[in-house]
Amino acid sequence: MAKGERKAGATRPAAPASGGAGDQHPADAPAGGFVQLLTPDGEHLGSVTTADGTTYAVDFTVDEYKGLYRDLVTVRRLDAEATALQRQGELGLWASLLGQEAAQVGSGRALRKQDMAFPTYREHGVLYCRGIDPIMPFGLFRGVDQGGWDANEHKFNSYTIVIGSQTLHATGYAMGVTMDGKTGTPDGEAVIAYFGDGATSQGEVNESFVWAGVFNAPMVFFCQNNQYAISEPLERQTRIPLYKRAGGYGFPGIRIDGNDVLASYAVTRAALDNARNGQGPTLIEAYTYRMGAHTSSDDPTRYRIASEVESWRAKDPIARVKAFLAKQQMGDADFFEEVDATAGKLALDLRERVLAMPDPQPVTMFDHVYPNGSPELDEQRTAFSAYHATFEGSGH
Amino acid sequence: MSTRIKEFNLPDLGEGLTEGEILAWLVKVGDTIELNQPIVEVETAKAAVEIPAKWAGVVTRIFHEAGVTVEVGNPIIAIDTDPGAGPLAVSPPAASSTEPAEEVIEAGLIGGPAPGGRTAVLVGYGPREASGKRRPRIGTASAAPVAAAPAAPVPAAPVPAVPVQAAPAPAVPPAAPVRSGPVLAKPPVRKLARDLGVDLATIQGTGPVGSVTREDVQKAAEGAAQPAVAPATAPATSVAVFDASREQRIPVKGVRKLTAENMVASAFTAPHVTEFLTVDVTRTMKALDKLKARPDFAELRVSPLLMVAKAVLLAVKRHPMVNSSWSAATNEIVVKEYVNLGIAAATERGLIVPNVKDAGRLTLRELAESLNGLVRTAKSGKTTPADMSHGTLSITNVGVFGIDTGTPILPPGESAILAFGAIRPTPWVHKGKIKVRQVTTLGLSFDHRIVDGELGSKFLRDIGVFLTDPEAAILAWT
Repeated sequence: MAKGERKAGATRPAAPASGGAGDQHPADAPAGGFVQLLTPDGEHLGSVTTADGTTYAVDFTVDEYKGLYRDLVTVRRLDAEATALQRQGELGLWASLLGQEAAQVGSGRALRKQDMAFPTYREHGVLYCRGIDPIMPFGLFRGVDQGGWDANEHKFNSYTIVIGSQTLHATGYAMGVTMDGKTGTPDGEAVIAYFGDGATSQGEVNESFVWAGVFNAPMVFFCQNNQYAISEPLERQTRIPLYKRAGGYGFPGIRIDGNDVLASYAVTRAALDNARNGQGPTLIEAYTYRMGAHTSSDDPTRYRIASEVESWRAKDPIARVKAFLAKQQMGDADFFEEVDATAGKLALDLRERVLAMPDPQPVTMFDHVYPNGSPELDEQRTAFSAYHATFEGSGH
Repeated sequence: MSTRIKEFNLPDLGEGLTEGEILAWLVKVGDTIELNQPIVEVETAKAAVEIPAKWAGVVTRIFHEAGVTVEVGNPIIAIDTDPGAGPLAVSPPAASSTEPAEEVIEAGLIGGPAPGGRTAVLVGYGPREASGKRRPRIGTASAAPVAAAPAAPVPAAPVPAVPVQAAPAPAVPPAAPVRSGPVLAKPPVRKLARDLGVDLATIQGTGPVGSVTREDVQKAAEGAAQPAVAPATAPATSVAVFDASREQRIPVKGVRKLTAENMVASAFTAPHVTEFLTVDVTRTMKALDKLKARPDFAELRVSPLLMVAKAVLLAVKRHPMVNSSWSAATNEIVVKEYVNLGIAAATERGLIVPNVKDAGRLTLRELAESLNGLVRTAKSGKTTPADMSHGTLSITNVGVFGIDTGTPILPPGESAILAFGAIRPTPWVHKGKIKVRQVTTLGLSFDHRIVDGELGSKFLRDIGVFLTDPEAAILAWT
């Protein structure tokens, strides 16, 4: 992405202002419009200028466009494998990202190496873009470990199940970045927090908006508005478009076509760069749709209608990149086949590795409660080990 | 089991589910299937989902037809994962069995058995406990309870590993052994011991792994009660308080059930306000006497209730809004021009509220006749549902029980109900002097959604005005 880093960007006036793309929002955009650079038909708009005068543009190389396509296809394929593994009884639970690939890959690729990300439990696409082995979250969803990876090494925090809590962690981290003097230059650090539309109703998210705004923290709040807080539709979450909430906290908010990987990349990159330069937080609302269930325990047909799902299928985040590549003759049938085959191989490899994950010994549940243990915990461990040993085949 | 033929067991598809219904098979025996190819639709309590094939191969067996509910952990399909390897060996042993495959579900270690033979888990009710699924405990292979004899070495850890020490004082009875750990007993048993004043530490438990059982505690309590030392009162009283044989249980049905439902529905939908007014009804009582003396009232039973009913009907004419109902369905207040005047009656069947239909149109004599008939019918238990339906406003005569007043609950659909208390000779300021007068207290409950305090107060005041001087009120109002 080295080249893209230079070519994608935004220019915007000094005064912070909010708003989506001014008069030029596409026909299928929500009221108020959004920033879109790649239409569902695969038409590349080149650049777009919002009502406040900010211009967003991407001009990638052919390889970079193809790389984004490969990312999108791969994360969807791995996600599909995970969904199948859950249905086959190999995972306790899975939270699918289907439909949200562009929001995640675009923003994930917009992160610079030094930037820190705080995910929910659905950011498998961002995790992939951070270069983390995709097997990592499966320990958690299979229930064999805590799903831990080195958050500092990968600049990607642990998955967070509690809705919205990670925005506070992220804001505190971002305030720390400022205190360490690591902002105010083009090489500064920025922090991104992911959350969903439902989380905007949580106190934590609103508190983090307050703190980030008041302390001018180098934050990007990346809200994937997938239209449903499990079964609760957006109109039960808010009376105004979510991105407009930022104004009340004193920082800009902007809405993007969350199914447009280019818009996601360009706007996130610009917001991160603003943050690292000391210009404070931005709220990005990626307007998208969860094509699957909230998690594998959910049945979305109970609360939304098929025609709605179909209307979003026409805005598929991958199909438009494929159409663009084909129209521009950047990718041919061989390329698309090869991408599918490679992703399939990765998925099969992932499956085999998941099935090979060793079951943990029950007593290991005591291992990571405290870094140095505690007398009471040691006592519990001893008692539990003895109890466990009274069962046949307990391996003791 | 052959590694070539693999059986797929119905997994827990959603965090703590116990079963799923086969909606439709998408494959049949003999089909060649690919990995992750959808094979079956299953509906659980949470969702209807497609299950993708776990292995590629050829379907050799489908265990359950569509429509069958299958418990989690039971096989639903068998797949030959290596069909190119030639014909199968005869009769795969596991295929004919509907027993769950081994290692399917280990009973969770969280919690003990839950009702219905299930195991308590963190989410849902957990998998149903099928026989033999739970891993057996070491040393408890036989179904017989553990013998009390401690001679055999017991490896189980919860039993104190320290052998029972030889007590130096032979005077100590063997019933109080030295323990190295806490006494094992379930919480209800501990409570029983506390209630009975029994020290658990002095009991030799006969339950599993030496735990103290309910019977052990009771036995110890009886044993302790025998000697004269035991305090005679404590166990006796504490037991008697919880004596179920001295409780009577009456099934809730019929009028009682209906009454309860109506009262709950009314109390939790209509916000009630109750106001009170104490009035001097001496003149009403005198007017009653005059009525009784009239030949056309001769054969009628004329009671103060008649006068109260008349007062209510005249007051309704002056304040028609109180004779209305709240229609939540249409978001309207329905004001009625007719008054179906309910009279709460205590009968052997329970409380019923029959009403006098269109009571506002009746003359006083007709009203008296209707009230007489209504009460007679109610007492004989012949009140029909029609008699009790479509009431618009009610009176409850708690005075007949010698009660001063009450805060009545509205019959559902009505906006006001008047409680009419006992009439007592009372010292009362009358024309500037304290006299003994016939005095009663009225209590009016009304639905504050419709009737504000001002309207309710005026309505109650007018009833009072009538009862204070009925003849003047009739002259002034009609």
